[in-house]
Amino acid sequence: MNEEIPNLTAFDEAALDEAFARLERQARAAAAALDNDAAVEAFRLEWLGRKQGRLNEVSGRWLKAAPAEAKKLLGVRFNALKAVVEGLLDAALGAGQDGSWGGAALAAEAIDITLPGTRRLAGAEHPITRTLNEITRVFAALGYSVGVGPEVETDFYNFESMNFPPGHPARDTQDTLVVAGQERRPQRDRLLMRTHTSPVQMRTMEQQPPPVRIVIPGKVHRNDAADATHSPIFHQVEGLCVDTNITFSDLKGTLDHAMKALFGSAVKTRFFPSFFPFTEPSADVQISCIFCGGKGCRKCKQSGWIELLGCGMVDPAVFAFAAEKQPGYDPKKISGFAFGMGVERIAMMKYGVSEIGSFYAGDMRFLSQFA
Amino acid sequence: MKILTKWLRAYVPGVPVDDAQLAEDLTLRGIAVEGIYDLGNGNGSLFEMDITTNRVDAMNHYGVAREAAAIYGLALAGLDFALPKAREGAASYPVRIEAEDACGRFTARVLRGVTMGESRDWFAGAEVATYFGLLEQKQISNAVDATNFAWIAMGQPTHVFDLDKIEGGIVVRRARKGERLKTLDGVERVLDAEDLVVADHAKALGLAGVMGGWDTMITPATKNVLVEAAWFDPIAVRRTARRHGLHTDASHRFERGADFNAAPVASGLVSAILLESGGWLEGELVDVRVAAIEVRTAKRKPVELKLSEVHRILGATVDAEGITAATVEGVLTALGCELATCCGAALDGASWQVTLPSWRLDLEREIDLIEEVARVYGYNRFANTLPEFGEGVRALPWAEKEAAVRRTLLGAGFHEAIASTFCSATEAALTAPQPGLSVPLGNPLSEEAGVLRPSLVPGMLAMIAGNLNRDVSDVRLFEVGTVFSGNTEKVEERPSLAFGAVGSLPEQGALQAARAIEFHDVKGVVEQVLERFQSRAVDFDRFPAEAGLTPEWLHPYRAARVVVDGATAGWFGELHPREAAARKLKEAVLVGELYLDRLYRLPLRQPIAKEISRFQPVRRDFSLVLDESIAWEKIDRAVAGLQIPELVEWRAREVFRDRKLGVGEYSLLLGVTFQAADRTLREEELQSFQARVVEAVGKVGARLRS
Ligand SMILES: [Zn+2]
Repeated sequence: MNEEIPNLTAFDEAALDEAFARLERQARAAAAALDNDAAVEAFRLEWLGRKQGRLNEVSGRWLKAAPAEAKKLLGVRFNALKAVVEGLLDAALGAGQDGSWGGAALAAEAIDITLPGTRRLAGAEHPITRTLNEITRVFAALGYSVGVGPEVETDFYNFESMNFPPGHPARDTQDTLVVAGQERRPQRDRLLMRTHTSPVQMRTMEQQPPPVRIVIPGKVHRNDAADATHSPIFHQVEGLCVDTNITFSDLKGTLDHAMKALFGSAVKTRFFPSFFPFTEPSADVQISCIFCGGKGCRKCKQSGWIELLGCGMVDPAVFAFAAEKQPGYDPKKISGFAFGMGVERIAMMKYGVSEIGSFYAGDMRFLSQFA
Repeated sequence: MKILTKWLRAYVPGVPVDDAQLAEDLTLRGIAVEGIYDLGNGNGSLFEMDITTNRVDAMNHYGVAREAAAIYGLALAGLDFALPKAREGAASYPVRIEAEDACGRFTARVLRGVTMGESRDWFAGAEVATYFGLLEQKQISNAVDATNFAWIAMGQPTHVFDLDKIEGGIVVRRARKGERLKTLDGVERVLDAEDLVVADHAKALGLAGVMGGWDTMITPATKNVLVEAAWFDPIAVRRTARRHGLHTDASHRFERGADFNAAPVASGLVSAILLESGGWLEGELVDVRVAAIEVRTAKRKPVELKLSEVHRILGATVDAEGITAATVEGVLTALGCELATCCGAALDGASWQVTLPSWRLDLEREIDLIEEVARVYGYNRFANTLPEFGEGVRALPWAEKEAAVRRTLLGAGFHEAIASTFCSATEAALTAPQPGLSVPLGNPLSEEAGVLRPSLVPGMLAMIAGNLNRDVSDVRLFEVGTVFSGNTEKVEERPSLAFGAVGSLPEQGALQAARAIEFHDVKGVVEQVLERFQSRAVDFDRFPAEAGLTPEWLHPYRAARVVVDGATAGWFGELHPREAAARKLKEAVLVGELYLDRLYRLPLRQPIAKEISRFQPVRRDFSLVLDESIAWEKIDRAVAGLQIPELVEWRAREVFRDRKLGVGEYSLLLGVTFQAADRTLREEELQSFQARVVEAVGKVGARLRS
C-alpha cells in the first residue's frame, strides 16, 4: 500500500513536479507488480476509485489548497498523471485489446538486448579458393576462359612438351613426387604429381586451335619438406594467350593491368629477364611493394619491390609440340605468352598469413577469419 | 658467385655509372646482383651475383664485363696477352683423345724449370693479390692460384700436372672397370667403365672435368709442369661427378657447357702466371680438337634473324624509335655474335646471318637472339599494350555446379578446408570407395603420405582431430577436392566433397541450451546439396551391419548411403566408434563424402515458380504408434502413395517414446496439410482425405494413438 497523500505546502513548479513525479513512480511500481485480475481491480480502486481513489484525494486536497495562480499548473499535472494511471490500468487489463499498446505487460517482456547476438557459424571460403577466384575473375574480364587438368600428369605433359631437356634437375625425384612403379615405362608415359599447372597449356592447345585465352587455377606438388614458406602442396594460376600478333608488350600490358586489378591501381610492375624452359623471352615480374608503396619496408626487404610471377613468350618448341595435334600452332604464324603465379604467396601477402602450413591444417580458428 | 667491380671495370674501361647503378642495370638485364658490399679504400664493391643456370658464361668476371659492355655500348678489353717465346721441344707433347664423344678439345702446354711457391703479381695492374684479398680467396701457391685466377676471371677450369709423374703422354679415355684412382681430395676411388678420365700411357691421372689426381699433383719439389685446358661433354662430366658424389667448380662449369674456344686462352693465362716465378715454355701449345664437337659448339651454322620477326614477337616500345636494325646489330655484336646482312634488303626490313659465340651454347635459334635483343635493350622499355579482345569466354562445364555445392556448404556454416593430397596406405584401405584401387607414390614424403588419397575422408578426419586437439570443440569443415583411384599404370581423378561436424548447436549463444550436433543435422546439409541438382530420385539407404555394405569408417547403425537416381552418390554418418577411439576422439564425429562426379552429371535445378493457392490450407496432425522396426520412410511412402493432389505437405513433426507405449513401440506425430488450388476444401472432403491417410499408414503398421 502506498503512503497517504501528503498535504502540499509549496505550489511552485518545482515543488509540483516533484510531488507528481513521486506519485507517478508509485503508480508505475504498483502496476508493474500486478500479476492477477484481483490485483488489477485493487489497483483500479486504489488509484481511480470514485470515493477513496488516490487521484480523487489529490484533487480534493491539493487543488483546494492551491492558491489561484497555481491552480492551472496543478491541473495540467493532474491530468497528465491521470492519463498515465489510466494507461497503466489499460495495459494491466490486457494489452492491445482496446488498441492501446505499451505499458506494464510489454515491460514484463523486457529482454537483455546487450547480450551478444546468437550466431550460427557462417562458412568461410578458403583463402586459397578466394584468391584463386579473385585472380581468375580478373582474367575472365580480359576474355580468359578457365581451364583445368589432372593433378597426376605424365612426364610428357609436365616436362617434355614444356621443353624441359631430358636431364633437367626438375625431373629428378628429389624435386618431383612420382607415382610408384614407373621405372619400366617409357620416360614420356611416366606418371608424376604435376609440379606446375603449365601442362594444362599443352592439353588445352591440343584440344583447341588458336586463338586461345585461358587461365588455369590448380593444385600442384613438389617433393619439398614443409617449412614456413614451403609446402609439398601449393596452388598456381597459369595463363596462356595465343593468337596472331601477340607480343611481349601485350604480355607486359596484360600483367600490368592484372596486377593493378588485384592489388590496386597504384601498383607498378617491372620485368626482369629470367629463364623458363617453356618461354622465351622469359621474365620475372615484380610489383611495387603493396605494404610500403615502394619506399622499402621489412616485407619487401627494403627493396620496395615484391617478386610475384614468372612469364614469357611461349617458346616455339612448345608450339611445335602442340602443332603435332593442332597444325594451327605454327610458330611462324602465331605467337603467344604464358604466365604463372603462386597462389599461396599472394594469399599470404594479401591476408597477412605467415605460415604456409596454415592453409592446409583445417584449423577452425584460422579459417573463421575469412568468413 | 662474387664479382669485384674493380676487376670488372678493368675489362670494360669507361663504364659511365657508379656501382649501385651498374648493379641495377645488370639486374634488369637478367644478370642479377643480389647484394652490393662497398669495399672502401677505392676498391669498389663486391657484387653477390645470382645468375640463372642457362647463363653459365656470365658466372665470371669477364662474362659479366661483356654484359656491361653490351649495356653501355663499350669496347671489351682482350684477355690474351703475350707469352714469352717457347724453346723448341724434342717433339710436340703427345696428346690423344680416345673418347671423342666426351672430350671436344684438349690443350696441353709444357713448362719447365718453374719454381713452386708464392704467387707474385705478374703484370702491371693485375693485382692478383689485391683481387684475391678482396674476394677472400686464399693464396695457396702459384700453381693453384693461377688456375683459380683463370677460373674467377673467365670461368674456364684448368689443371696443372707435375709433368715428371706423367708416363708417356696424355690420353683422354673412358676408365676401365675397377681401375683405381686417388683423387686430389685424398679419396681412393674405384672407377666405372663410364667414367671419363685424363690418363697417361700407364694409369688414370684424374677424373676429366671433375677433379685431378693425387699422384700427379704439384708439390714444392715440382720442376716441370703440364698445363691442361680442355672442353668436356656436359653429360659425361655430370655422370662421372654424380657417380663419385663430387661437385666441383670444374664439374659445375662443364656440366652446364664450357666455352670451346676458352681453353687456349686460359692455358695462356695460367702459363703466364706460372712463368712469373721463373722457367720457360717448351714447344708450342698442343691443341687436339674433335671436329664433330667443334661443329656443335664453336663452329655452329649461322642463324637467320629478321628484324620483322623481332618486331612480331616483341611489339611496341615506350620510345617512338623502337628497336631498329642498329639496335639489333649493336646488342648482338657486343655479346660476341657476328652479323652479316643477308638476303639483300628483305621486303619487311633487315635480315642477318648471325654467327653464334662459342661461349653462348644457350643461343641456338632465332628466338634466342630476339630474347637477347629484348634483354639488353631492357624489358621495361617495352610498352604496356593489351591484345585485341579474343572470342567469348567458355565456362568450365561444372564450374557453376561446384560453386553451387560450395555455396550450400558455406551457407550451412561449414568452413572450406584444403587437406593433404596424400594419405597412408591404411587410411586408403579404410576409406577407398573401390577397395584395392589405390595409387602409391614412388618417393613419398612420409609413410603417412604414401598413397594418393582415394577419398577425402582421411584428410577430413585428420583436420577434425587437429581441431579437437587444439581444444576447438565446434568443428564444421568441408573440402572440395580431387580423389584418385586406379593403379600405377593409369590413375583416375574425380571431384569429391567431404564434410565433417563435431560439437553443438547453436554454435554460440547465451540464451539457448546447446545440444550436440547429430546425424540429422548433417543429413539436412546433404539434402540441401542434393536439392541443388535436378534428379529424379534421392534415397537414403542403410544396410544391416552383417551385410558388410556400410563402409568400415562409419557407424553401422548411424550411417546412410546416398543414392541419386539409383546410383551411389556418397556416404555419411557417425564415425565408427572404433575409428574414433583409434584417433582418440571422444566426441561423436559426423563425417561424410559425396561423389561430385555423380552429381555433376545432373543439371542444376532450375527454380520454377508455382502458383500459390489463395485458398485456406488445413492442417491435421495424426498421433501414430509404430513398431520400432517401422521407419519414417514407410510412412512417408504410404502418404506419398495416396497421390491426393490436395495433400500438399506432410512431415514428421515429432518422434517420442514413453512408458505408456508398448515394448518396442514409438510414437510419431504426423503433420499433414491439405490445400486446393481452386477452392476452399469442404469438411466431407477433408474427412475422406483423413480417412485415407489413416488407412494408408495403417497398412504399413501404424495405429492411431487413442
Ligand atoms: Zn615494402
